[in-house]
Amino acid sequence: MNRILKYDLISLITYASLVTFGIINVYSSSYTELFTSIFDYTSLVSKQLIFLAISLISAIIIIFTKSKFFDNIASIAYLLSLILLTSLFFFGVERGGAKSWYILGPVSFQPSEFAKLCTALFLAKFLSIIQTDLNKTRDIIFVGIIVFIPILLITFQPDPGSAIVFLAFIFPILREGLDLRFFYFGIIILLILILTLIFNFFISSIILSAIFLLIILYRRRKRISLNLIKSFISLIFLISISLSTNYLFENILEQRHRDRINLILGKEVDDKGIGYNINQSKIAISNGGLFGTGFLEGTQTKGDFVPRQHTDYIFSTIGEEWGFIGTFTTIILFSLLITRITFRAEKQVNHFRRIYCYSFSSLLFIHFFINIGMSIGLVPSVGIPLPYISYGGSSLLAFSIMFFVYLNFDSSRLKED
Amino acid sequence: MLKKYLLIWLTISVSFIFIMRLASLQLSDDSYFNSDFAIQELSVYPERGLIYDRNGNLLVANQPSYELIIVPENTTEFDTISFAKLIDMNPDELKKEINSSIKYSTKLPSVIKSQISKERNAFLQEKIWLFEGFYLRKNSVRDYIKPFASNVIGYTGEVDKNDIINNSYYEKGEMIGKQGIEKYYEDELKGIKGKKYFQKDRFNRVIGPFNNSLSDVKPSKAKNITLTIDIDLQEYAESLLQNKRGGVVAIEPSTGEILTLVSSPTYKSEQFVGQDRTKNYNKLLNDSINKPLFDRSLQAQYSPGSPIKILNALIGLQEGVINENTIFTCNAGHYYSRNAFMGCHNPFGTVSNLRKGIYNSCNTYFARTYRGIIDKYGTSSEGLDKWATHMKSFGLGNYLGYDLSIGKKGFIPESDYYNQFYGTNRWGSSTTISNSIGQGEILTTPIQMANFATAIANRGFYIKPHFVKSVNNKLMNNREKNYTTIDKENFEIVIDGMVDVVDRGTARIAKIDGISVAGKTGTVENFILIKNEKKQLTDHSTFIAFAPADDPKIAVSVFIENGYWGSRWAAPIASLIIEKYLKGDVGRKWLENRMVNGSLIDEYEKPYKFENFSINE
Repeated sequence: MNRILKYDLISLITYASLVTFGIINVYSSSYTELFTSIFDYTSLVSKQLIFLAISLISAIIIIFTKSKFFDNIASIAYLLSLILLTSLFFFGVERGGAKSWYILGPVSFQPSEFAKLCTALFLAKFLSIIQTDLNKTRDIIFVGIIVFIPILLITFQPDPGSAIVFLAFIFPILREGLDLRFFYFGIIILLILILTLIFNFFISSIILSAIFLLIILYRRRKRISLNLIKSFISLIFLISISLSTNYLFENILEQRHRDRINLILGKEVDDKGIGYNINQSKIAISNGGLFGTGFLEGTQTKGDFVPRQHTDYIFSTIGEEWGFIGTFTTIILFSLLITRITFRAEKQVNHFRRIYCYSFSSLLFIHFFINIGMSIGLVPSVGIPLPYISYGGSSLLAFSIMFFVYLNFDSSRLKED
Repeated sequence: MLKKYLLIWLTISVSFIFIMRLASLQLSDDSYFNSDFAIQELSVYPERGLIYDRNGNLLVANQPSYELIIVPENTTEFDTISFAKLIDMNPDELKKEINSSIKYSTKLPSVIKSQISKERNAFLQEKIWLFEGFYLRKNSVRDYIKPFASNVIGYTGEVDKNDIINNSYYEKGEMIGKQGIEKYYEDELKGIKGKKYFQKDRFNRVIGPFNNSLSDVKPSKAKNITLTIDIDLQEYAESLLQNKRGGVVAIEPSTGEILTLVSSPTYKSEQFVGQDRTKNYNKLLNDSINKPLFDRSLQAQYSPGSPIKILNALIGLQEGVINENTIFTCNAGHYYSRNAFMGCHNPFGTVSNLRKGIYNSCNTYFARTYRGIIDKYGTSSEGLDKWATHMKSFGLGNYLGYDLSIGKKGFIPESDYYNQFYGTNRWGSSTTISNSIGQGEILTTPIQMANFATAIANRGFYIKPHFVKSVNNKLMNNREKNYTTIDKENFEIVIDGMVDVVDRGTARIAKIDGISVAGKTGTVENFILIKNEKKQLTDHSTFIAFAPADDPKIAVSVFIENGYWGSRWAAPIASLIIEKYLKGDVGRKWLENRMVNGSLIDEYEKPYKFENFSINE
């Protein structure tokens, strides 16, 4: 009994609920009684079940592995994942416009999913080295490199959606001592970008100058010392970011990315073209009402109106068939899992394990935020799955492994090594 | 601290925002979209109601028909010219239709061509598969079994924009009654369409019934209608009116049921069914000389002529200005004012009492009677208004309220009218003297004349004339008596006079062996404008009658445009109709032949020949 109790049962139950709910919804969104097509949707669920079985076998192996083992293999795993990502350019198979798959017989496999796990392990390893100091520029740059190599490799597949997910590592890095000013700085730049996109360069620079003026006046009044030259330089810097926004927007991003951002900012409405996905997803979700249409009864789901509904847009199936009850429960389950893992991470004595757990909850958070956010039209459309729920063997397996590694680490949280 | 809890705070706030957003999407009433694009709604139409005549003869049924449907997004490139040829359609028109259906929806079916016959469908079915995105759909159109009473039955047609705006029940391409009974009883005849729901996929393909068809709504059955029309009598009357213009209305006095209503020339309901319906309609619409779409029995306002003398006699009796023994002398007319002479066909020195006045149709007699009525009161206005009230109690000067949606009020002048025209009190009985003989400002429609004949036949009341006897075999409740302002006892002497009209007066030709017919002829002067010049045409021939005089079963009014004497056309036709109705067969074949074969076409062409012509030949 004690052996079971040492595991985080709350997280385990949450995980089990999400996975079960996921299977149900994959079944429903690929379910068909009359629709015959070249895709054999019914086998999607069986494929997902096979991957679930593999996940559970891995789980048993992971649970009975010594925690120290993961510390030891972190560097090799990271290296291996980089090799796998690199060889995609040579041996990868293109699907949906991105060369992000290996296909071995009946099994297809997406290395970017496992790169998340490996990067988390290696980042934890590096940050937990006693000499690492996040106040040193050299270490900051090294940490940046660890995260940015997989980001670059994945971006050039091209699968920028999966690459964005790696921004999650900002949370463990901050947690481990990176100056918060980096975070604020990032937030400010993001706000300036959005401001410039919504209005234009002139209005946003006027707003910036006004805020700047207010801060100076405030400080003068409170007689707080102020380096005017420094402040002025930072204002110029911020305005130049605003100035370069349009250039970045028009030249770095592709048209589809611009469209997605414009849709969310409300600058464009096109329910039949670029806005089709989001619009159909919203229709399906509102169709659900409070109690939903019922399992296998969603008309939008059955009619296959929402593209990629069993993968990226599975939340719309939940919304339609299980209604507000279903979506509310899903959100509560996710936030429970994320906060639970984060809290437990704080209780880790071992730094490596703490940083890993923190990275894991951050990855979960980013997926949760982006996937559900785009399904309900709050975040620009980014093609990433909802962990444990979306169809996709690699994602399910990778996130399951990450979860059971967490469970393993958590059970030995009080051990030094 | 912030660093430790940053992720947790973010998770909690993001979850909160998501839940708020979902609540607004899923829980608010104005849900993101009310219509469910995944469900296709299909209307199921009940068969349109059948129409029978008063004796149970089936007049209108339904027949299968086919429509050519296009689903624009399913079409592939095809040869428009050969397709147009196949479906027998003008290529430009076809392109127009296709473009308008694309505009309507590329995914939803639109009708390209409707009312394709069974035979044509059989032929098209073999070829249509060559053209993707097109198919033939079965529906049903009207089958007019008897080609008579079309002006009563009317016709159906596709709903137009206004129909859709006025009544949300209708959708593009559906049929609606456009005229006649089909229009007036649309609600009964159409039934209520049902709904079938289908689950669609995102390619707009139907993938099966929605909700196991549990949400479907069954159509509710249309009602069948039994008319008051006697189709045999109608057929007979129509044959009598061929090659003549005018109208015949026959009413059963005791019930107000319209037995026959003929307008000539007219259209046939089946002209509005099938491929040529638009062509036919335009042809009928553009015939501005014969005006076949104009129902002369209901819409034509004529001067009533001498039959109005009967009403003047009744009003005179009621007002006490004459009695049955009142005598007026006629000198082939009389001076009703200095230098104003009204002629009469009665010879110089004719002395008439009321009965004789009626059967000889003496203008002088009724001019004097009319003056007596108007001058009885303090002012002419008062007298005229009293007279008008009596007139209107016979259903004149206003809509009768029968169950068809077309009609005219006619006109009974009142003091206001003349005050406006001549100035207040600057007119008198002599100014308006033409009203006495039905030639003045007074206007009536043939059905109004039949209706006042009914009121006389009933000795003082009429029942609102109507065309429908029962709906789904349930009798209509429309037998309310409308009483005239004339006392019952005043009718007998006038009816005696009307019987004399047929027995020894102006309409002896209308006499039927064994049946006493009461009638009154009329010969109505009329004019048209040719090149802004008022030109007199041959008089209209008119006749009202009812029979048997002591127990009337039928009241008839006949109006034949430019037929000259009332006894030349109108009286014989009325008499033949009465004989046919009461006896079932007509003995006077010679008269019947004369009426059926007689033609007034030459008479009607006179004014259009742009040369001088003589009238009243």
